[in-house]
Amino acid sequence: MRPLLRLKPYLLRYRRTLMYGILTVVGSNLFTIVQPKFLGYAVDELKHGIESKTLVSSDLLMWAGFIVLFAFIAGIFTYLTRQTIIVMSRHIEYDLRNDLLSHLQKLPYSYFQNTPTGDLMAHATNDISSVRNALGPGIMYPTDTSMTLILVLIMMFTSDWQLTLLTLIPMPFVSLAMYRLGKVINKKFMERQEQFSTLTTQAQETLSGIRVVKSYVREEFEEERFRKLSWNYLKKNLELAQAQAIIWPLMFVLIGLSLVITIYFGGLKVISGSVSIGTLTAFTAYLSMLIWPMIALGWVTNILQQGAASMERIGIIFDKVPDIQNSGATDTSIKEIEGTIEFKNVSFTHKDAAQPTLKNIDLKIERGTTLAIVGYTGSGKSTLVNLLPRLYDTSAGSLLIDGNEIRTIPLEVLRANIGFVPQETFLFSDTIAENIRYGVDGSTEEELENVADIAQIAKDISEFPKHYGTTIGERGITLSGGQKQRTSIARAVMRRPKILILDDALSAVDTYTEERVLQRLREFMKDRTSIIISHRISTVKDAQMIIVLQNGSIVERGTHNELVALNGIYADLHNKQLLEQELEQL
Amino acid sequence: MQEEEVLGKAYDARLMRRLIKYLRPYRWYVALGILLSLLVSAMEAVRPYFIKIAVDTNIAQHDPHGLLVTTLIFLAVLLVRGFVQYANAYLTQWIGQRTIYDLRMEIFHHLQRLSLKFYDRNPIGRLVTRVTNDVEVLNDMFSSGIVMVFSDVFTIIGIFYFMFSMNWKLTLITLSVLPFLFYGTFLFRRKAREAYREVRIQIARINTFMQEHITGMLVDQIFNREQKSFNTFADINAAHRKANIDSIFYYAVFYPCVDLIGAIAVGLIIWYAGGNALDGAVTVGTVMAFVQFNEMFWRPIRDLSEKYNILQTAMASSERIFQLLDDRTILSMHATPLALDHVRGDIEFKNVWFAYNTPSDGNRSPEWILKNLSFSIKQGQSVAIVGHTGAGKTTIINLLSRFYDIQQGEIFIDDINIQHILPQDLRKHIGVVLQDVFLFSGDIKGNINLGNDTIPLDRVKAAARMVGANRFIEQLPGGYDGVVKERGATLSTGQKQLLSFARALAFNPRILILDEATSSVDTETELLIQQAIKKMLKGRTSIVIAHRLSTIQSADKIIVMHKGEMREMGTHQQLLALNGIYRKLYELQYKDQELRKS
Repeated sequence: MRPLLRLKPYLLRYRRTLMYGILTVVGSNLFTIVQPKFLGYAVDELKHGIESKTLVSSDLLMWAGFIVLFAFIAGIFTYLTRQTIIVMSRHIEYDLRNDLLSHLQKLPYSYFQNTPTGDLMAHATNDISSVRNALGPGIMYPTDTSMTLILVLIMMFTSDWQLTLLTLIPMPFVSLAMYRLGKVINKKFMERQEQFSTLTTQAQETLSGIRVVKSYVREEFEEERFRKLSWNYLKKNLELAQAQAIIWPLMFVLIGLSLVITIYFGGLKVISGSVSIGTLTAFTAYLSMLIWPMIALGWVTNILQQGAASMERIGIIFDKVPDIQNSGATDTSIKEIEGTIEFKNVSFTHKDAAQPTLKNIDLKIERGTTLAIVGYTGSGKSTLVNLLPRLYDTSAGSLLIDGNEIRTIPLEVLRANIGFVPQETFLFSDTIAENIRYGVDGSTEEELENVADIAQIAKDISEFPKHYGTTIGERGITLSGGQKQRTSIARAVMRRPKILILDDALSAVDTYTEERVLQRLREFMKDRTSIIISHRISTVKDAQMIIVLQNGSIVERGTHNELVALNGIYADLHNKQLLEQELEQL
Repeated sequence: MQEEEVLGKAYDARLMRRLIKYLRPYRWYVALGILLSLLVSAMEAVRPYFIKIAVDTNIAQHDPHGLLVTTLIFLAVLLVRGFVQYANAYLTQWIGQRTIYDLRMEIFHHLQRLSLKFYDRNPIGRLVTRVTNDVEVLNDMFSSGIVMVFSDVFTIIGIFYFMFSMNWKLTLITLSVLPFLFYGTFLFRRKAREAYREVRIQIARINTFMQEHITGMLVDQIFNREQKSFNTFADINAAHRKANIDSIFYYAVFYPCVDLIGAIAVGLIIWYAGGNALDGAVTVGTVMAFVQFNEMFWRPIRDLSEKYNILQTAMASSERIFQLLDDRTILSMHATPLALDHVRGDIEFKNVWFAYNTPSDGNRSPEWILKNLSFSIKQGQSVAIVGHTGAGKTTIINLLSRFYDIQQGEIFIDDINIQHILPQDLRKHIGVVLQDVFLFSGDIKGNINLGNDTIPLDRVKAAARMVGANRFIEQLPGGYDGVVKERGATLSTGQKQLLSFARALAFNPRILILDEATSSVDTETELLIQQAIKKMLKGRTSIVIAHRLSTIQSADKIIVMHKGEMREMGTHQQLLALNGIYRKLYELQYKDQELRKS
């Protein structure tokens, strides 16, 4: 239960609602609990009236009226209980989910690279919802239950304490049985879940490997394997069913036992005249009121346990410290960025990696020039540019922008001046206009159309059903890889950034369109700094400086002509691409 | 997620009839279950009757002995009822579990028979859901759904019977509140369902947003959009909260109303008793019994409306399941397939045309992947297929194993058209090594013999030795029993390749298909792989999609594919001399390997 303590500040926020809710629980219980009393009086009156032949129906009507009236008042309280406690739990769920997202937004890029989205989704949905359960029903039912229990016991004891004691003999067994069974069921349930996930994994595996299965004619073997797991799963289910099937009959038997005791001993007392028949009636009614609290006891424990386990998992995320943030070293006087970039002996090693990804990078990019980076997959190209918007922080050396150490520049200023087109194009399922405007507040139609034109996506957009208002993604039209990349470029250019980074962002664009995009970008980026990563020589050949990365180091640098003359990696790449072009044309 | 949103019809007779068929093998158990429910209901209904006897007869007549007898009988009934109820609850679960087990195996069996064309179209995750969760949902329907409906109906009938036989006027008065209950429940169900749908929609929105913004967190961060996104999210989150709070309202109103209606019924019983007790029409015991009856018939009535939900989800799942079971993407079968016990290993492609997708309207011509392809391979020969990306290399090997059927032309093995052979018979003779090595979770041995008991451990070891995989295997903890994680996560790329080689050799096929992996491995492993490939090809007919110069050079024949057509064929030297596509490919892909070797 410990992890649930984390929720204290949230509960304190709603303490008045909570107090109010608990009061309504007390109210509804008080008004419910006296109803059997009225029934008892009514029965006594009835019996007395029959025996003495002086039955006055209006007296009975009064009791009937009281029962209905009290049920009505109790109902209002029950209504209010749900409207306070359960509603509160929804408010806390809301707060908690907002806080989770807000925290996630502060976590660095590397966190998301190492954490499966599915896990985070599960925390944001399932776990939060089971914490919510522990807060709503988890508070409402125990309060209600204990209240009922206390009041019913008081009522019974004051009526006839001897009969109460006799009647209550089976009750502890109800709770005990519930507790014991709860444990067994929990265990069986876990076993069943485990078997279910084994079964799922097996199905997943066989179906993913269907080519191998078919190639080696292993269908029957796989089916046999699946059959065994399925059968085990069935057995686990039946074991669980066995334990679950006991609950209700056992409860009925134990509670029935109480009823038997009440009727026999109560009956004897009625015969001897020490107890009225009405009291006996009220007793049986109270008994049925005790059934639910006894059962709820075990159920609620379960809800609370699940809630605690979930809160623990969510807590792990909240405990993750965001390490790329503004800090004491931040110089808030920096409001603008010009665009001169300098790497001074920069190295970078990924967390837990044995080898550094970047080694001793020395590089200066003057404002208004274009740097192109080429190199094989895994040579460190993306990591190098990721250092600029501080998706990672350098491990050694210093990275200067306009002569300022990058960590001193306020993060929002730094990022606001960078137009980044990541390798994996990510667009939101929103309209195309919203996607292009994503990084700016308030922009005109002309600006929008202008950047679309620069990125050579304007013509495509004009052919979409609703032009700029066309929704893209899952719920709209699907863009081709090249269209996505060009939209992503438009989005970056829209910010009028001082530094533009294209991380292999034209790979899916045909060479003709690519040429046009680059030409328009050159005009636009005249006084700005551009960094272009590409596998294609055609993309990089016009850059003022080209560097070749290999295993994290710069192995060649110069202009296109210089590098071709060097006859190294760049020249080899160049030759191969010429060959490929020839092959394409065959 | 979207498909879960669709709340289908609550009842579909066609689906229901088909579902009920699955209960056929267990019909006697179902009958027994219904019988037991009947018994439980009867014993449940009899309870207030005992109370009436105890009060009106035993207590009224001051008969302690009679009271003891009554309570003892009551106790006996109670115990028997408990036992029967337990047996019945277990039995219904048993029926449900057996039924869904049968259904699950049928789906799995069906899935394995479907051709690869089906798998190209359907994401694996969705198929897994069909075998697991969708079937699971039906359990409720098969177990509690069917038997319990009977039980509830019987309970209600039983209670009504006792009530009417005790006092029919009082019964009618007690039941007079039922229309209100029904109407209230009906109203509540409708409102609650609408509210629930709204909640589902909002949950879906939250999920979509979360999914999108976690995946695109990078974009949010570098474009400084955290606050904006947070605000959007807070709006969605608030809509979700509102939908939930709206639905709380209906629950908050409904449950107190049900209690109130119950209390009104009790009030009515007392009021009626007050007016009619003097003429002996109502006794004290009757009043007590009726108060009990009043409590008892609420549960089954409420349960019955719960069943509606079970039915609804069952319909939605079964629709998806049956859709899958009705999918007939299965290879065409020859009426009298030939047995293929032994093959020599001659292969011939004769004017083969193939497209993965044939357009449904006959006018457009399909996107041909292979165009008029013809070549033949003599037994024991090895052929290397080379070509640029998209040339159709992988398709050739897919067709030989008959993963797909061709549109035109013929493929022969030992002069038998492969369409006349059962695919399983055909595949037995072909060893396939794919580029992406697929390993199963389990152990090393099981990944080599794929659980085939006719391949004993010594043959597994021999195969591993031949490809040089024995060295790393023996160093693993557990050796051949060493654990392999899902997808072979703990093994290196090179190790995985060697394992897949050993797998192919263990099955000792006459024909070997090898799609060489392009991923680079360290020099030592590279040498091991090259040697292993040489050994594998020896004495077998083989088709290799080659990426290694060494493999190409040792092939008897090289086929050069380009854009779905065979453009050149010959030996390495002949093709180089031709100065065509092969020459360019050689310079693009293979020449470096020669340089590195020298």
